[in-house]
Amino acid sequence: MTQGLWELVLRGVWVTLQLLVLGALLATVVSFVVGVARTHRRWIVRFVAGLYTEVFRGTSALIMIFWVYFVLPLAFGWQLVPMWAGVLALGLTYGAYGAEIVRGALTAVDPAQREGGIALSFTPWQRMRLILLPQAVPEMIPPFANLVVELLKGTALVSIIGMGDLAFSGSLVRLALQESVEIYTYLLLIYFVIAFLLTRGMRLLERRLKAGIGKAPVKATVAPVRVAEGASAGGGA
Amino acid sequence: MNWDWNAVVDFLPHFRKGLLVTLQALALGSVVSFALGLVWALLVRTPTRWVSWPVGVATEFVRNTPLLVQLFFLFYVLPAWGLTFSALTTGVFAIGLHYSTYTMQVYRAGIEAVPVGQWEAATALNLPVRRTWTVVILPQAVRRVVPALGNYVISMLKDTPILMVITVPEMLSEARLYAQETFRFTEPLTVIGVAFILISYLASLLLRTLERRLVR
Repeated sequence: MTQGLWELVLRGVWVTLQLLVLGALLATVVSFVVGVARTHRRWIVRFVAGLYTEVFRGTSALIMIFWVYFVLPLAFGWQLVPMWAGVLALGLTYGAYGAEIVRGALTAVDPAQREGGIALSFTPWQRMRLILLPQAVPEMIPPFANLVVELLKGTALVSIIGMGDLAFSGSLVRLALQESVEIYTYLLLIYFVIAFLLTRGMRLLERRLKAGIGKAPVKATVAPVRVAEGASAGGGA
Repeated sequence: MNWDWNAVVDFLPHFRKGLLVTLQALALGSVVSFALGLVWALLVRTPTRWVSWPVGVATEFVRNTPLLVQLFFLFYVLPAWGLTFSALTTGVFAIGLHYSTYTMQVYRAGIEAVPVGQWEAATALNLPVRRTWTVVILPQAVRRVVPALGNYVISMLKDTPILMVITVPEMLSEARLYAQETFRFTEPLTVIGVAFILISYLASLLLRTLERRLVR
């Protein structure tokens, strides 16, 4: 490949990384808001949050992308910049999976901890912030690590609506070179390296957080299992 | 919001065609991934390192890279190597291969969950290796893994729209085709979105019943 084509690929990497970071930020916010809402006292809050997860986990990420990109402008009269359309679709979809992780980790905290908070007359918000989340968050990290790899793979989907991400620039280079094996091998390798760095980073984060509450991290004996499972994969963590 | 019910009715025949292709791809992809996954699981367990290690690395690689790029890879590379398949076949193989790296872990967990005593009993009865697997270990392992495999079937369902990019006429392609002809995007895209929610919801209900039957 010539230098110009490599520059094109690098620009694609940059767009993919932007999508990944922004999508992960949105997905994290959605996960925590929806996940905490699913443990709420009022049934209506739990119901709405549950409906959200079922809808977004039930449809495919690609259909969400199409919907945000093609239907939103027609339906509501405003169009999103492709980057934001991609971030919105990815963040909302993977946030729904993340919500299940958050819910699972929260319900896995020993009930006595919550009761202790009630006995000390903490407000619900204080219990969440000071007791439940500090213990639940480290447990969320391994499944979140899998989810962020899923998100990375999901970013490739936005190339279908013409965003200049890594997969898209790859297909441009393929058209220029007429050489499929070479370019797609490079693409797969680049994605793999990013995924590898992500899982390593998450493992580091897990160790930090668990050390913070005096726990040793679980040793990864088997390779990670995909968390973004079907609509029935309740429980998370 | 400009919703037109006539467009929905008009889209239904296309929708039916796409639905059939989607379900076909899903069924075949599941079969491929279940079969290949078992092969990988058994290969990774072999004591010979030069077999288990490459299989482990290769499946890890496939699992951590986008299905979309793998699909393009197969679609453009296989013909260059003189192997021409229909788009649907290529797509089924790509999905099956991608998900086999997940089902492999399911089988592995299932095999590891078979109590050691079962292995010892097989040894005590002097069963040959193949019969140990086919008669003792696998029947017990497979029963445990059915619910987890079902979850991946639902995931696969949600990945079938990707086949659009290699011209497989599944639901999303049909919707897009219809949208390009009529300039109505809202109805076809919403119809197939709802269809996906319904199918995956029904599948998960079915799975929960199956789970209750099997795991007790």
